[in-house]
Amino acid sequence: MTVQPAGRGELEPPEARRRTWSDRRESFELTSARIPFRLKLAVVWAVILGLFVALFAAANFDTQWMRDNATFIAHGITWTLVLSVLSILLASVLALLGALGRLSNNAIAVGVTGFYTSFFRGTPLIVQLFLIYLALPQIGIAFGNYWADLLTLNVLTAGVIALGLNYGAYMTEVFRAGIQSVGHGQSEAADALGMTYWQKMRRVILPQAVRVIIPPAGNDFIALMKDTALVSFLGTTVDQMEIFRRAQLVGKADFRNLEALIVAALLYWGLTTIFQFFQLRLERRLSRGYVRGTSAVVVAGQRGGHA
Amino acid sequence: MTSAIPILRVAGLSKSYGHHEVLRDVDLEVETGEVVVVFGRSGSGKSTLLRCINFLEEPTTGTIEVDGISLSGGGHRTKSKRDRIRRLRVSTGMVFQSFNLFPHMTALENIAEAPRVVLKRSQAEAEATARELLEVVGLPDKAAQYPIQLSGGQQQRIAIARALAMNPKVMLFDEPTSALDPELTGEVLAVMRRLSTEMGITMIVVTHEMGFAREVAARMVFVHEGLIIEQGPPAEILANPRRPETRAFLDAVL
Repeated sequence: MTVQPAGRGELEPPEARRRTWSDRRESFELTSARIPFRLKLAVVWAVILGLFVALFAAANFDTQWMRDNATFIAHGITWTLVLSVLSILLASVLALLGALGRLSNNAIAVGVTGFYTSFFRGTPLIVQLFLIYLALPQIGIAFGNYWADLLTLNVLTAGVIALGLNYGAYMTEVFRAGIQSVGHGQSEAADALGMTYWQKMRRVILPQAVRVIIPPAGNDFIALMKDTALVSFLGTTVDQMEIFRRAQLVGKADFRNLEALIVAALLYWGLTTIFQFFQLRLERRLSRGYVRGTSAVVVAGQRGGHA
Repeated sequence: MTSAIPILRVAGLSKSYGHHEVLRDVDLEVETGEVVVVFGRSGSGKSTLLRCINFLEEPTTGTIEVDGISLSGGGHRTKSKRDRIRRLRVSTGMVFQSFNLFPHMTALENIAEAPRVVLKRSQAEAEATARELLEVVGLPDKAAQYPIQLSGGQQQRIAIARALAMNPKVMLFDEPTSALDPELTGEVLAVMRRLSTEMGITMIVVTHEMGFAREVAARMVFVHEGLIIEQGPPAEILANPRRPETRAFLDAVL
């Protein structure tokens, strides 16, 4: 009210500038809001991919070689998948036992699982791979031929055991969190109905825990899928080579290491993308009984499942 | 009434958490077909009393006897004790304040689950019984619905059917209407009334619903600071409480 004309004159220009700037921002936001989110998302992806391709083109890679050898490297998918699936199965069993052990009030179970998770989360996977492949036979020799033979593993077996033990230790925490996420009331309701511990776990707690376990476990599976590349350092035999080993083999032979690795990277990326698609579908299916809106579809799916 | 043999006997029941005594040497007997309403201030120990009966809480000392199965509180839960606790739990159905239905199962599956898994009934038999019980609680058309698709009152009626499916000797209700919107309490209380009047089911009900107590209960038990300080027929207790604590509580809720 008491501002002098001169003072107002000084204040006006910056205020005006600020208003036009915020006006622009306002109209930009309003325009942006009219474009569908998915379209904007597609544009962002396209731009980043375009940059990728441009950089790739600038680097003068031998694309002809990549096309010629892609099939050879892609044949490694079979063994990559075999390693991944066997390892995640072993890891899941260990993680379930580990979680139940951690949550029990039995000193042996708590102790064994505590030691297990501490060791296998506390040492590098590559070290565990070598220890299981090379140190186990050494230990076996000390106990005689029978044990030496039994503990001398082929590369794939050693790989599955090491990956399974390692990821089982990480997933123990995932399973434990999942089990603990099921409300105490569920446990009490099962108890009050006279269920045994295992009946309660199998029928009430675990089916609900799975919903919470699947997303982080899927994350672990993706990481595991890529860590199968480490098994190649044990020296996979020619008939059992996974993606990375094959890429290394042909890449070294033709001095096209980077090209080979790019092909391998694309293959891993493709595999994980396909897996994520199925994981998403599984997560939707498991939300049955939790999402009110999808009830009709849900009930239909349930009926189909039983038939 | 006193000549009948009790189906449930609680003797010398005490429960403490550390130094805090929640129940102090409580005795209670319930006869077959009797409906007992337990009431008292929040924190008086009435819910703990109910939860000690089926060993959801381990009594510090005291004995619970249901239909000839007798169990004492305290001590380690050995294999044989766990087995007897389960037998006792099969004889006592429990209905919780927060329903605790299994969210991953339909209403029918919720009811049929324990008979199948615990009593080893065939699926066909368990589901047939479950459908009958859905009729009893007035929800025959909700068999395929998941709990989340049902109102609170409907969920609690399914929970009652689930407990009944085990054919228990005594039903325990732990504030069954406290988590419900006021307009939904009526349907649950109506089902509970039917269980008593039409099926003669023995019930212990922890509740603040004095109207239900007046109409259905044979006996009201007032719990105060871990003790049963007054009990008797509803007409007597509600109209003419002898203890000042009972009177104060009733003045507050009525």
